[in-house]
Amino acid sequence: MQIKSQKTFFSGIMFTCVGAAFALGAANYNVGSAARMGPGYFPLIVGVLLTLLGLVVIATAFTGPTSDGEPVGKIAWKPLGFIIGANLLFGILLAGLRSIGLPAMGLILAIYALVIVACMAGANFSMKLSLVLATVLAIGSYLTFIVGLKLQFQVWPTFITG
Amino acid sequence: MMDLINHLSLGFSTAVTLQNLVYAFIGCLLGTLIGVLPGIGPTATIAMLLPATYALPPVAALIMLAGIYYGSQYGGSTTAILVNLPGESSSVVTVIDGHQMAKRGRGGPALAAAGLGSFFAGCVGTLILAAFAPPLTEIAFKFGPAEYFSLMVLGLIGAVVMASGSLLKAICMIMVGLLLGLVGTDVNSGVARYSFDIPELTDGLGFIAIAMGVFGYGEIIANLARPEDEREVFTASVTGLMPTKEDFKRMFPAVLRGTALGSSLGILPGGGATLSAFAAYTLEKKIKLKAGEVPFGKGNIRGVAGPEAANNAGAQTSFIPMLTLGIPPNPVMALMVGAMTIHNIQPGPQVMTSNPELFWGLIASMWIGNLMLVILNLPLIGLWIKLLTIPYRWLFPAIVLFCAIGVYSTNNNVFDIWLVAIFGVVGYTFIKLGCEPAPLLLGLILGPMMEENLRRALLLSRGDWSVFVSRPISAGLLAGAVALLLIVLLPSIRSKREEAFVEEAG
Repeated sequence: MQIKSQKTFFSGIMFTCVGAAFALGAANYNVGSAARMGPGYFPLIVGVLLTLLGLVVIATAFTGPTSDGEPVGKIAWKPLGFIIGANLLFGILLAGLRSIGLPAMGLILAIYALVIVACMAGANFSMKLSLVLATVLAIGSYLTFIVGLKLQFQVWPTFITG
Repeated sequence: MMDLINHLSLGFSTAVTLQNLVYAFIGCLLGTLIGVLPGIGPTATIAMLLPATYALPPVAALIMLAGIYYGSQYGGSTTAILVNLPGESSSVVTVIDGHQMAKRGRGGPALAAAGLGSFFAGCVGTLILAAFAPPLTEIAFKFGPAEYFSLMVLGLIGAVVMASGSLLKAICMIMVGLLLGLVGTDVNSGVARYSFDIPELTDGLGFIAIAMGVFGYGEIIANLARPEDEREVFTASVTGLMPTKEDFKRMFPAVLRGTALGSSLGILPGGGATLSAFAAYTLEKKIKLKAGEVPFGKGNIRGVAGPEAANNAGAQTSFIPMLTLGIPPNPVMALMVGAMTIHNIQPGPQVMTSNPELFWGLIASMWIGNLMLVILNLPLIGLWIKLLTIPYRWLFPAIVLFCAIGVYSTNNNVFDIWLVAIFGVVGYTFIKLGCEPAPLLLGLILGPMMEENLRRALLLSRGDWSVFVSRPISAGLLAGAVALLLIVLLPSIRSKREEAFVEEAG
């Protein structure tokens, strides 16, 4: 038994797990009958089907004609970490994090943080360039979203505006 | 015929107000602006800009979104011709001959062929939409829950056939989408499903957050993982825009063929712009070359005009199932359905009677949008070319930022930002595993609708599953779905399909 396609193999595992998780979760709800479906009926059917299809996908991973084994390849941890991190940091700064007592820092600071961290995901990081970009985007966003579209954002940190 | 004229005049009187014209213009401009940038397709563009339309009245919001859709479609072809990079999947075939024309210093005529061909196709597509929507709506009123369920099955199978790569995986992706769509409060019993006691989850997973995460962040991460490639931009070569008389003679029949093909394929579930463009290119290639004509793959103008006309016609007619039945045939339309529900309009056959201004106004604004694009694109081509020279490292932080701001503004809730982050990781996983995410988005939108209709159908039949095959329309739709699956699984067609997608990849 040799895995002919790693990609297929792992996607099969993913499908099986997702299907099984939803099917098991559906057991917590009233399933009912076909004529009177409870909230658990549809998720149970789809979950079971997905679990089965996922197993079929896993099986096909052993039969495919591929020669190179279709490896999943290296995971790009750097862009993954920085892009997702930038996004999370934006959320934390924009609205604060009550659990650690961090007050909201507002949109402008959040934009700077997001842009700088996101820039680190690229190949040649330059602090100067990312600051320039952050400034441009901060001014642009302020004008479009706050002045133009009048969206409800906290713009400045809580300790300044009070 | 009179009806058609009456409807269209109602539409134009709605669309041709200063306010709506301005929104159509802004939509086209923004759409083109973002569509020109390589690596961001219409789905991500619309998801990103959707929050910007919340504050608008429903008609204006939909008009603007439609503008964004065409704009990004158009922008994609500009990128395809000048940079050898398709802006999105429907301009993949435009790259083949369009870029060769640009290389030979004929980038101008190639752009003009794409623009004029698309405009012509857009006009025809709009007319078809206006003519076919009312009768289809009437049929739709005869639909019971069983028919709707079967129709959705057909739609989802159609979408799967279009996904590149493994059919089996695509079906699985649909199911993942269906399941994710079930998260939240069950409308019938009031039970909060899969919400883990998180209050935000009882409202369900926001499809905007998922679309942005999977299509926006996932793509960015995958793009950054590749070494920055050398982009060839042919800026200097765009001088004369006008095609020669000879060009016109060749491209006109191609445009006609592309339009016919695109309008019919666009209506099919799972069809739309991409399928139409591929089919049109294949058709043009089959038609014999005239004496003195450049061969395909070397810069034949027919290879640009045909597919471009087809993808625009397909984009246009793919509104038909969405507007008449409320069933989105592709991810872009899924987002439009989402936008409509946000504005408290339940998409479906009743829209035409309950909101005639919206319905016909949207259709009229499609034509106006197409006209604006010709006006925008051809003279402003210099500006778009400038945009193309912006390096990716300046672009992606801005995209990340707009996604974050956009998703936050949908509910003014940070929870959505966490959700985008999670689905960004999920989206990257999909790319790594070679699973195309488009079917997932369709499943996500259709999930609750499917459950609801299945439930109602079986309630009416007292639990008898045969209701799906004993009602003729429902049986026909299901038979269609089975036939589609069988056709795709046939060995000869299967290899052709794989070939087509290999061409796309290469």
